[in-house]
Amino acid sequence: MKAFLTVLILLMGLGFPPALSQTLGPVVPKATGNPHPEGNLFMRINHSKLLLQDRNLTVRLGDRNIGASLKACVACHTSTDKNGQPIPINADKQFCSVCHEYVSAKIDCFQCHATVPEKKTEAFLIPKTSDSNALAAYLKETSE
Amino acid sequence: MQRTIYREIKLTPQIIQLAVLLVVFILAAGGAELYIEEYGHIVTGMTNQIVWGLPHVFAIFLIVAASGALNVASIASVFGKSPYKPLARLSGLLALALLAGGLAVLVLDLGRPDRLIVAMTKYNFVSIFAWNIYLYTGFFAVVGIYLYVQMERGISPSVVKVVGTAAFLWRLALTTGTGSIFGWLVARDAYNSAIMAPLFIVMSFAFGLAVFILVVKSICGLTGRAFGARLLHRLGRLLGIFVAGVLFFVAVQHLTNLYSAQRIGVERFILLSGGIYTQLFWFGQVLIGGIIPLVLVYHPTGGAKPASILTASALVIIGGFAQLYVLIVGGQAYPLDIFPGFAASSSFFDGQINTYTPSLPEILLGLGGVALALALTGFGMKILRILPTTLSDVNVDPLNNSGKGA
Amino acid sequence: MSCSLKNGSELPALKFNKKPTEMGRREFMRSGAALATITLAPGVTLMAFGGKAEANANPATRWGLLVDTNKCTPDCDACVTACSTENGWKDTGHPETDAQWIRKVDLVDLATGRETSLPVMCQHCENPPCVDVCPTGASFKRADGIVLVDKHICIGCRYCMMACPYKARSFVHEPLTGQKSYAPRGIGTVESCTLCVHRVDSGRIPACVEACDAIGHRALIFGDMNDPESDIAKRLLAYPSLALRDDLGLNPGVRYTSL
Ligand code: HEC
Ligand code: HEC
Ligand code: HEC
Repeated sequence: MKAFLTVLILLMGLGFPPALSQTLGPVVPKATGNPHPEGNLFMRINHSKLLLQDRNLTVRLGDRNIGASLKACVACHTSTDKNGQPIPINADKQFCSVCHEYVSAKIDCFQCHATVPEKKTEAFLIPKTSDSNALAAYLKETSE
Repeated sequence: MQRTIYREIKLTPQIIQLAVLLVVFILAAGGAELYIEEYGHIVTGMTNQIVWGLPHVFAIFLIVAASGALNVASIASVFGKSPYKPLARLSGLLALALLAGGLAVLVLDLGRPDRLIVAMTKYNFVSIFAWNIYLYTGFFAVVGIYLYVQMERGISPSVVKVVGTAAFLWRLALTTGTGSIFGWLVARDAYNSAIMAPLFIVMSFAFGLAVFILVVKSICGLTGRAFGARLLHRLGRLLGIFVAGVLFFVAVQHLTNLYSAQRIGVERFILLSGGIYTQLFWFGQVLIGGIIPLVLVYHPTGGAKPASILTASALVIIGGFAQLYVLIVGGQAYPLDIFPGFAASSSFFDGQINTYTPSLPEILLGLGGVALALALTGFGMKILRILPTTLSDVNVDPLNNSGKGA
Repeated sequence: MSCSLKNGSELPALKFNKKPTEMGRREFMRSGAALATITLAPGVTLMAFGGKAEANANPATRWGLLVDTNKCTPDCDACVTACSTENGWKDTGHPETDAQWIRKVDLVDLATGRETSLPVMCQHCENPPCVDVCPTGASFKRADGIVLVDKHICIGCRYCMMACPYKARSFVHEPLTGQKSYAPRGIGTVESCTLCVHRVDSGRIPACVEACDAIGHRALIFGDMNDPESDIAKRLLAYPSLALRDDLGLNPGVRYTSL
């Protein structure tokens, strides 16, 4: 499983040689937990749409089990500093700001939403599947 | 008599100075708005008790005056009073400019002005506020067309009349809507009342005309165009009627409220014990904004003097601000009575008279709205043929030399 | 999956030309549920976490709160503290602009001198004036009767605060930091008691009720007023209760006894 994750991270990173990434593109901090089955590309393109759509499910219908939950993004995607303390996800060069700074997109989400995970939400971080065949198939698909 | 000729205004040094001044005010308002957006409404005097403050006083004044400013045009083309015809274009332009100024203040005071697009795309049709958004945009459209048909050559007067009537009806709807923003607040004794709609309509007549008189007289002065004393007198007497109308509706409003035991509290507050609000009511709204202007315009000898009418107009505007301040802020200063028959107290100011002190950013924001309205009017007159080259009495009303009518 | 960023002007993702077709379906992407395989486009199969939307707001339910003012003591503000801790609003030393989702009000009957103390919060009206006046529809009532602000589309006009007869709403006057992840709050929007909707949706009771129970006052009873078997419905049936500003006909979901 761990191997798969490593491969995934390597392959999906930003899709171009790491040497170039320093100069050419945003360096996206690593995430914890399961990767997105839909793939990084899918998430890069669609995360904003997903978030904007799914938030209505929670707010209007009370669906607490949405796919694109901002709480969950924060839980998996915050990095920790040397002392193991979470760094706010919207801080400079952090997950929710690197790309946006790069394309100068502005989001206001973190005026309201917590920028570090709540202590209780570690559940998000535990990989939920051991279906390695599925992941392998997926990997093959995305690395074509 | 010559034919009425409309010409763009020329930039005199005086006008340029004025324009610079207005731009300074507009920039100051822009700065104030950025400041408020950055630090939050905590830098204003508004609180969780007084949720609408000075920006709303300015915004509502400008919006109400906007529909009133259109009156001169309506009187000319809908009611066929020819002496007002040469003023009709300016009347339409001023209406548009005042509305733009008022809306700018309203929007910039929002907690999230960045979400204006939400306000334009998501509507709750039960909300009178949402309806107002349509009424405002519609007003721009209808009055815009009205201006166009007046200015375009070869459009038949009957078309102008039809469009003018549409604009007139629209402006009545608009002011009804503005009044209903308050009138439909069932929870608040200071507001909830059907009289708000007609009260706002007659207020709009008075405030709009007062602004119109001052603007047209100043611009004629600045550009060296004649403005007949009799025309001014005529406008002055019309203003008098409107001012009397406002006083009448205000009297009915308060007498009705006094009759209802539930509302005695808030009425006592406004009329007797409300400190600044009571003073503003009696001295600002009633005396300065009502009685003195009436005396000025109807005075048997002084009433015809331009100075009287201009002073009266200025006083009506001051009184108008006082009236809206008393209505909007004063109405919230008096606490909500959630527990009739009990004395309530809490850490959230239940049962207490709420205090409000406008802060500088709010004042700048409001003044910026006024400046924007005036600047847009000036700009309109600069690029469009709005203002007649002369508004002398011979020209405007050659048939009626006795000075009667209106 | 090669993503070029050679020209440096756009993100690699934007070059993706296989448009997913299922974007509009709400059940499309759900983490936490079972792993499922779905077809994005002919020949392109990806896994997604599938599942149906679970609308917790059930139209058959009407959540309500019953306040027994006899059991509520003047010096106790456990409910207020609990709400503030749960939802992250606090005293910042600006009493006039600080948010208060729930407050204790002390009453003295003007005729008899009898003193009462009770909490006041959003009354979760059946016909809420705040919802009627909101221009964007940000103020809304959930199917189960909870009145909320959708802060995503609130423009901060404060008309709802003008309309609320209970002074239940607050406006966020300052930039905030350190919010709770389940109770986002932010500058320039209006907020009020949510009946702890995040707890209710996962089968728990509001924080104020929990706190009142915990100190043994049990002055607050939460439940489904539409369910005849619920504690709240039984009590409402058995004892007289009243709604604040009954004259307005708003039929609030919060009721008071012994007032
Ligand atoms: C269960 C943990 C988890 C959750 C929840 C989660 N992610 Fe991810 N996300 C990952 C992992 C793991 C990766 C891939 C690892 C990598 O490439 O760094 C990833 C990758 C991404 C990428 C692509 C990054 C890149 O390098 O191109 C984006 C964008 C993304 N996630 C956005 C989101 C958003 C938005 C949310 C919330 C709706 C979210 N994620 C929720 C774990 C998660
Ligand atoms: C003005 C405050 C505010 C802003 C700004 C804001 N939100 Fe929210 N958001 C909320 C509130 C309040 C909730 C409801 C929380 C609840 O009921 O648990 C919420 C809930 C959500 C949820 C569902 C709960 C979760 O975390 O899964 C999502 C997703 C979400 N918001 C996304 C966004 C995104 C994306 C943005 C930025 C574009 C954003 N929000 C901006 C206040 C805000
Ligand atoms: C891999 C780069 C990347 C990462 C990481 C990323 N974003 Fe984005 N995001 C983008 C790009 C590019 C856009 C603009 C295009 C679009 O709307 O999809 C964007 C747009 C958005 C928008 C819509 C903004 C608007 O005004 O339309 C939201 C909301 C958003 N991102 C939220 C998030 C959140 C929350 C996170 C962190 C969980 C995040 N993004 C992480 C690249 C990224």
